[in-house]
Amino acid sequence: MSTAPGIRLENLTIGYGKTAIVSDLNIEFPGGKLSMVVGGSGSGKSTLLKHVLQLQPSIDGKIFFGEHDMDSLSRRENHCIRQRTGVLFQDGALLGSLRLKDNIALPLREHTRLKEEQIMHIVKDRLSMVELGHALELFPNELSGGMRKRAGLARALVMDPQVLLCDEPTSGLDPVMSAELDQLLLEMMRHFDMTMVVVTHDLASMRALADFVVILGEGKCIYQGTIETLEKTQDPYLRRFLDRAPEERHAPRLTMPPLDPAMLKRNCNNFLGEKETVRKGG
Amino acid sequence: MAEKARGTFFPMMLLCTICMETVDELGKMFIFLLDALRLMFAGWGQFSKMVRQIYFIGVQSVSVIALIGLFSGMVMGMQLYFALSTFGADGFLGTAVAMSMVRELAPVLSAIMLTGRAGSAMTAEIGVMRISEQIDALTIMDINPMRYLVAPKMAACLLSFPILTAFFNLISLWGSWLTGVKLLGANEGAYWASVQSSLNWADVEGGFIKSIIFGVLVCTICCFEGYYTHTRSGHAGPEGVSQSTTSAVVKSCVAILAADYILTSLLW
Repeated sequence: MSTAPGIRLENLTIGYGKTAIVSDLNIEFPGGKLSMVVGGSGSGKSTLLKHVLQLQPSIDGKIFFGEHDMDSLSRRENHCIRQRTGVLFQDGALLGSLRLKDNIALPLREHTRLKEEQIMHIVKDRLSMVELGHALELFPNELSGGMRKRAGLARALVMDPQVLLCDEPTSGLDPVMSAELDQLLLEMMRHFDMTMVVVTHDLASMRALADFVVILGEGKCIYQGTIETLEKTQDPYLRRFLDRAPEERHAPRLTMPPLDPAMLKRNCNNFLGEKETVRKGG
Repeated sequence: MAEKARGTFFPMMLLCTICMETVDELGKMFIFLLDALRLMFAGWGQFSKMVRQIYFIGVQSVSVIALIGLFSGMVMGMQLYFALSTFGADGFLGTAVAMSMVRELAPVLSAIMLTGRAGSAMTAEIGVMRISEQIDALTIMDINPMRYLVAPKMAACLLSFPILTAFFNLISLWGSWLTGVKLLGANEGAYWASVQSSLNWADVEGGFIKSIIFGVLVCTICCFEGYYTHTRSGHAGPEGVSQSTTSAVVKSCVAILAADYILTSLLW
């Protein structure tokens, strides 16, 4: 039985300024489980994450971490919750001026009284977990996209969080690396006994990992529940989303003729023609 | 009739909006400054960050300040020698150079140079951190970005600006001696004696007060512009950072010159 707290949203309306993007959300992300928030581009997934993290003020409604209402927390309680919440940003959000080891050590140096040897021991442990034990001395700009995400995960895990929030962890990664990162997230969730909320539009990840799914679209929550129930749905919007079927268009998409080559400032016809000839000849 | 009324009121409304936005921004900037000053000595961990910033803002600016000080001193020595020798008053060269440098030019020119070298870098650094979610990451890790990023820069500016101004003073007086005395033939003894006799502690102190205030202004404006780079309407991402950097340098230079006028009126 997990002791990790759940996250509850009550009548939450999110957006920027007074412009609402998603209205009236009533969702409970279960504690100790992996929940996924999916939806099309611009559906408000990342905005929801920013509101849950209190980086943006909500327009209306409440957010609860366990039993704690985030709006009525004392300063100390707020610090405690922040220190036990890990976040994996889309591009890792590692501090560019610090080496990898210092990036990972930063929360420990700021919030604990551990000695430097103990801090480095934990840093090495976390980096080995994400298979970056060899990259301690590197700067973030010397890492590949996948390595940056894994380093971001190591930093998110360094304070043994009870809640881990991930913003599109597999975006920009190849399918094999995406699957590896998914597996890593799952292992970490089990190892640290965490509540995990992952924002993604990767349906393969959702099918492989999710215990609980939330789908956002058309400015509201369209679905919340298990993946099994979702797969059986006959709702046309959800079906189209799950089957990756684009909306049927009645009007033709391409209405303009191709650009007349004579309109170009430099005539590239001969150059392209020669290339074509060479290719055909070869 | 309504059209005419709208035509009359539109410029007034525009003026009111601009005034209100300016007051709003100045208020935010003042709160930002108070926050940075409050957090400057929040914990021992700040010390190492301050040392790093002093190295970047202060130590790495020494060569630029030396060059600017040397050339502006040389120009002043030459121009004032020509002007004063017309009246046979070249014995006052030291007085003229020392007064103008220590009271006015050294604090203003060093602050403007530091805006270009360190202030723009501060805006760009903080702006890039803002658009790449690094500041959000600090907030999430419960590390106050103001304490981590801005307060050490403020402390470094408070310390570096007066020291670099003093260095500018020395180099510029030497530069003026080089052209006025060694090149054009003014009397060396008269030059140094007039430098010594014309300057009193109030002049030096005034120059230092100016440089400290310029340091606070430059740091506040440059860090503020970078920190709120994401709120620039229509200029998100890298373009926003470049706009913020330009705006920070322009606003800092205007603020330095405006503050210089006010401080000169108040101090002497």
